Amino acid sequence: MKINMTHGSGGQATSELIRDVFAKRLGNSFLSRMEDAAVLPLDAKKERLAYTTDSFVVTPLIFKGGDIGRLAVCGTVNDLLAMGAKPLALTAGFIIEEGMDTQVLERIVDSMAKALKEAGARIVAADTKVIEGRGGLYINTSGIGYVYEGASLGADMLKPGDGLIVSGTLGDHHACILSHRMEIDNDIASDVAPLNAMVEALITQGIRIRAMRDITRGGLATILNELCEASGVSALIDHKAVPIRESVRGLCGILGLDPLYMGNEGKMLMAVHPEDVQKALAIIKNSPYGQDAALIGQVKEGKGVYVTTDTGSLRTLPVLYGEGLPRIC
Amino acid sequence: MCVALPGLVCAIDGDTALVDFRGNKVKVNLGLVDARVGDYVLVHAGMAIEVMKKDSAQELMDIFEELEAEVYDRD
Amino acid sequence: MTGIEPIIHYLKTYRGKPLTLMEVCGTHTSAIMKNGIREHLSPQIRLVSGPGCPVCVTPAAYIDHAARFALMENHVLVTFGDMMKVPGKTGDLYEARSRGGRIKMIYSPLSLLDLARENPDTTFVMAAVGFETTAPVYAMLVKKARQMGLKNIKLLLAVKTILPAMEAILQEGTVDGFICPGHVSAILGASAYEPLQKRYNKPFTVVGFEGPQLLTAIYDLVQQLERGTSGVHNLYPSVVEKDGNKKAQALIDEVFAPCDAWWRGLGLIKGSGLRLRDAFSDFNALDEEIQEDEAVISGCRCTDVITGRINPEECPLFGKACTPTSPKGACMVSSEGACGIWYGTGRSRQ
Repeated sequence: MKINMTHGSGGQATSELIRDVFAKRLGNSFLSRMEDAAVLPLDAKKERLAYTTDSFVVTPLIFKGGDIGRLAVCGTVNDLLAMGAKPLALTAGFIIEEGMDTQVLERIVDSMAKALKEAGARIVAADTKVIEGRGGLYINTSGIGYVYEGASLGADMLKPGDGLIVSGTLGDHHACILSHRMEIDNDIASDVAPLNAMVEALITQGIRIRAMRDITRGGLATILNELCEASGVSALIDHKAVPIRESVRGLCGILGLDPLYMGNEGKMLMAVHPEDVQKALAIIKNSPYGQDAALIGQVKEGKGVYVTTDTGSLRTLPVLYGEGLPRIC
Repeated sequence: MCVALPGLVCAIDGDTALVDFRGNKVKVNLGLVDARVGDYVLVHAGMAIEVMKKDSAQELMDIFEELEAEVYDRD
Repeated sequence: MTGIEPIIHYLKTYRGKPLTLMEVCGTHTSAIMKNGIREHLSPQIRLVSGPGCPVCVTPAAYIDHAARFALMENHVLVTFGDMMKVPGKTGDLYEARSRGGRIKMIYSPLSLLDLARENPDTTFVMAAVGFETTAPVYAMLVKKARQMGLKNIKLLLAVKTILPAMEAILQEGTVDGFICPGHVSAILGASAYEPLQKRYNKPFTVVGFEGPQLLTAIYDLVQQLERGTSGVHNLYPSVVEKDGNKKAQALIDEVFAPCDAWWRGLGLIKGSGLRLRDAFSDFNALDEEIQEDEAVISGCRCTDVITGRINPEECPLFGKACTPTSPKGACMVSSEGACGIWYGTGRSRQ
């Protein structure tokens, strides 16, 4: 069945849509009450609450390795985790263009339910709107979670000597989406995944993490520049240590792209106290989605981000200019 | 000005080949080269412009040998 | 000499007369940056980026035409990603898209054949930029379109040829030797540079895109200049032959003829462009030539940067009025332009 404007009018069609597509799959003690707002009990023992928001507009809606629904849950959850917070509750606003097939919508919401279960979080409030269009979908989310005790993360906390770790291969998500758009046939799948098990293991086992970032738009280079600038430090990366899938390298070669500037949806960059680096790596490699983790460099005194080259020299790694589009030149 | 990459010719159908670039399979036009399945071709914008004659590691060694000979000549 | 270290040592400690070497290939500019090549060169060896990025040297007026086609009913502008950010007089292609322009990004121009066949009521206009490496791809597109009887493919042409531009630069006398573009050379052949090499008595070295190879090419050029010899050397024999790809040359010649062309930053260079021959002129998107009448912004020294006369930071607009997010001239429009690269790496040589 196709969604049309009556599904957005607030009447019978809307209730049926919410009941049959959303509530059926996402229902929990908060959401199922269908109140105007979710009322959550506070945990008086916790001191800090992390709060984030994000919007998801990716096309195609469904791609190898995931879909916009999984992306919405994981992206939000990972943003909370990056601040050392355990994801607790999400909200989701769905802006649906008429012409969207309810079967597609159901598949996406199923995927969200699965991701939420994995992440240990619930959607406690949601909203749907229908607009004119051609079957597109946009999802806006917010997320809250209590910061783990003892976790004190911030972009300005990096210190010279810290180890820089990435939790896995770079560029997968962006490469997957581009492959769809440019119709290039390969097995590159998006790495969209919730990293709650990994982060919880790191924090509860006492790893001193200075800062963590979800390596999304702009890629490693952009994120690293942001952290270095906030902390007033420099970073030196060993280009040979950066984990990149062969097929992603191949795609980058065809399209003239650099994986250091390509986004992921299930990878963290972490700056870790030098004494905790080896233990952190072991924990990440033993966690879901962390098997390809690697120590890629070190924080240093100074300014700017530098990378080793094939000729033994260093080059600077600036932030991304432009969109990182496929090139001929 | 010319992003191009070597890939392995996996299959040929008329003047089109399926070329594998480390797991990325792309349809490539072979109209400018004489290539066979198993050849490496240099591909630019969907078109094979050369059949690769040797790999770059070997090529570098050969270049060094030539230059070495030149330098010793001069000295 | 078995590894690259002696070459690096030689280049780092070179104390001969100051030399200016130029590469004319956007992909070389990028490879040189990625491999940190400049770090290995003594201050006496100046490596400059010439007009080798077809996107950067495309006139502003071209972008305006492209935007117009994107906004035209029943038309789709098909382009490579590089073109999206290049400023025209009325904005760039991103802005055209935000005004409702239909723009499709592709990897290969040949994909227009399927597009045109499946959408007979839409005219697909290819933003056809590039040098001799891409020219045969456009030529193949046109020939196949003709064979298939497709009437809804058009080329908005801005294809350029590199030799006339290299000659224009040689006439300025600012450059001592050339690193020749690897893939253009695959098409033209290493011998294509011989006339220029003999006429101006400067060394030309053809090379690929890996770090050690690039360093070797620079070493080779500096050696020749030190010895006072000059020749055309081919350090990319796995891909470049003496006479190039004859099939590609024949195809280019069948479909295109040389014409004069406007280069952003350099002006009009005679015989440096390609136009469709009469037999294929119905594939032209435009009836008239694209004139570049854009006034050069006061203070802009693109021409001096592109010809190797000055370094980017010597232009008064560099980093101030002219930045990658608001480029004022050819050198800054692409991250591969001389100024784009210089800005991105945040460097200034001593």
